[in-house]
Amino acid sequence: MNGEPVTPQPQPHQRRLLPPRLVRQAPLLELRGLSKRYGRIVAVQGVNLELYPGETVGIVGESGSGKSTVLRLLNLEEATDTGTYHLAVPGFTGQNLFALDRFHQRQLRIQQIGIVYQQPHMGLRMQATSGGNVAERLIMAGERRFATLRRAASEALASSEFPADRIDDPPAMLSGGMQQRVQLAKAIALRPALLLLDEPTTGLDVSIQALVLDTLLRLRRERQITTLIVSHDLGVIRTLADRVLVMRHGAVVEGGLTDQILDDPQHPYTQQLVSARL
Amino acid sequence: MPLLHVEDLSKNFVIHALGRTIPAFQGVSFALEAGSLLLIRGPNGAGKSSLLRCLYRTYLPDRGRAIYATTDGMIDLASAADVDIALLRRTEIGHVTQFLRPRPRVTALDLVAEPLLVAGHSLAEAREAAADWLGSLGLKAAIWQAYPSTFSGGEQQKINLARAMIAPRRLLLLDEPTAALDPDARAALCSRISVLKAAGVAMIGVFHHPEDIAGLIDAEFHVA
Repeated sequence: MNGEPVTPQPQPHQRRLLPPRLVRQAPLLELRGLSKRYGRIVAVQGVNLELYPGETVGIVGESGSGKSTVLRLLNLEEATDTGTYHLAVPGFTGQNLFALDRFHQRQLRIQQIGIVYQQPHMGLRMQATSGGNVAERLIMAGERRFATLRRAASEALASSEFPADRIDDPPAMLSGGMQQRVQLAKAIALRPALLLLDEPTTGLDVSIQALVLDTLLRLRRERQITTLIVSHDLGVIRTLADRVLVMRHGAVVEGGLTDQILDDPQHPYTQQLVSARL
Repeated sequence: MPLLHVEDLSKNFVIHALGRTIPAFQGVSFALEAGSLLLIRGPNGAGKSSLLRCLYRTYLPDRGRAIYATTDGMIDLASAADVDIALLRRTEIGHVTQFLRPRPRVTALDLVAEPLLVAGHSLAEAREAAADWLGSLGLKAAIWQAYPSTFSGGEQQKINLARAMIAPRRLLLLDEPTAALDPDARAALCSRISVLKAAGVAMIGVFHHPEDIAGLIDAEFHVA
């Protein structure tokens, strides 16, 4: 976000594509006309997005483009100004999730949305045990039996390739890569329909980043979890995302297959963003 | 009914920062039958690789059509929805590029096995098929468990080929697959191509030395 006046975006110089024909499933997620202002600052304006079951979509853009705000709004962390948000999950199909009361929003978040933040302290209690952090998610969903909690937490941590002998260590004692694995385990423990990743590997050493990316790729293969990832790192996006949206000043300027956006960007801003890579 | 019918396909790159349009290729039309190999000929810079990338939709064509007969009906590759193209890339259309993108801490064997894992095969099956491919292309078994970022160009190209061709495809786009290969690996690749053709796989290829695949070419197309 910044205080610059928002200028109307030029239309993408992009060929108009047809609606899906081979993919006959309805989108898991449909977002229409999302806008959000903070005072005079427009953070997000008129964002539309569909996620089809099992795909990974990336959002790229520089700091302040509004990409993380979109993620937070999809996680129902704060109120929007305008927009409709649908998730095709049991009990909520057809409802605008932005319009739900707080109780149902919380229920939906716990059951169907997992999130991993760049900053582990936003997603974890740093002094509680790692296993406890994951189990907390299950407790919120109503599970009370200690043995079940312990087993489910261990399973989720193992899926995130977290070492079993550190399950009782609090995140504060763990490395950055390990903290992200705890967040990931917590996010996937209840097998949510939607996984939101906010710069999940930013700030990690390159070799640790590679390991976390590999875990994410394996999880995607094994669980076919529909994922939205926000990152300014185009290498991360190329590795993980099937499709990508480019945001600037709160609006989507261009979207397409990841390799097409990175190798044949159409919009002037995307061309500048892609060529700015070192 | 051909598997692929390309009509008047064109590609130009608009470089906004320079205010320039750089042409890649114009008005390309051809038809391709299942089980046949079409050789794309033309001088350097004529847009041969760009044509393959447009059919794979790494590049967005700006005019024309590419009607492809999927197992589920006809579709225009030039204007189909991104999610439909993503689906075809997982199931029907493969692209053999000239460059491997190794990922840190992923072994040569697992990089090759990955497309089969994505297609739902077990790890054991996928690794067995990967070993078969790497063995036939002559990559020495001692380095299958090593990380390819340190490999020679020829070794990387073997991994790249195996990875791109391991999963069953109906249409393969081959961009200089024989470049950087030693004679034994070239011969192994030719025999693989011949087997795939017999199984009905259609291919469009750019070859710096077309004599590498002499006897396998069914038709040629010249881009100016």
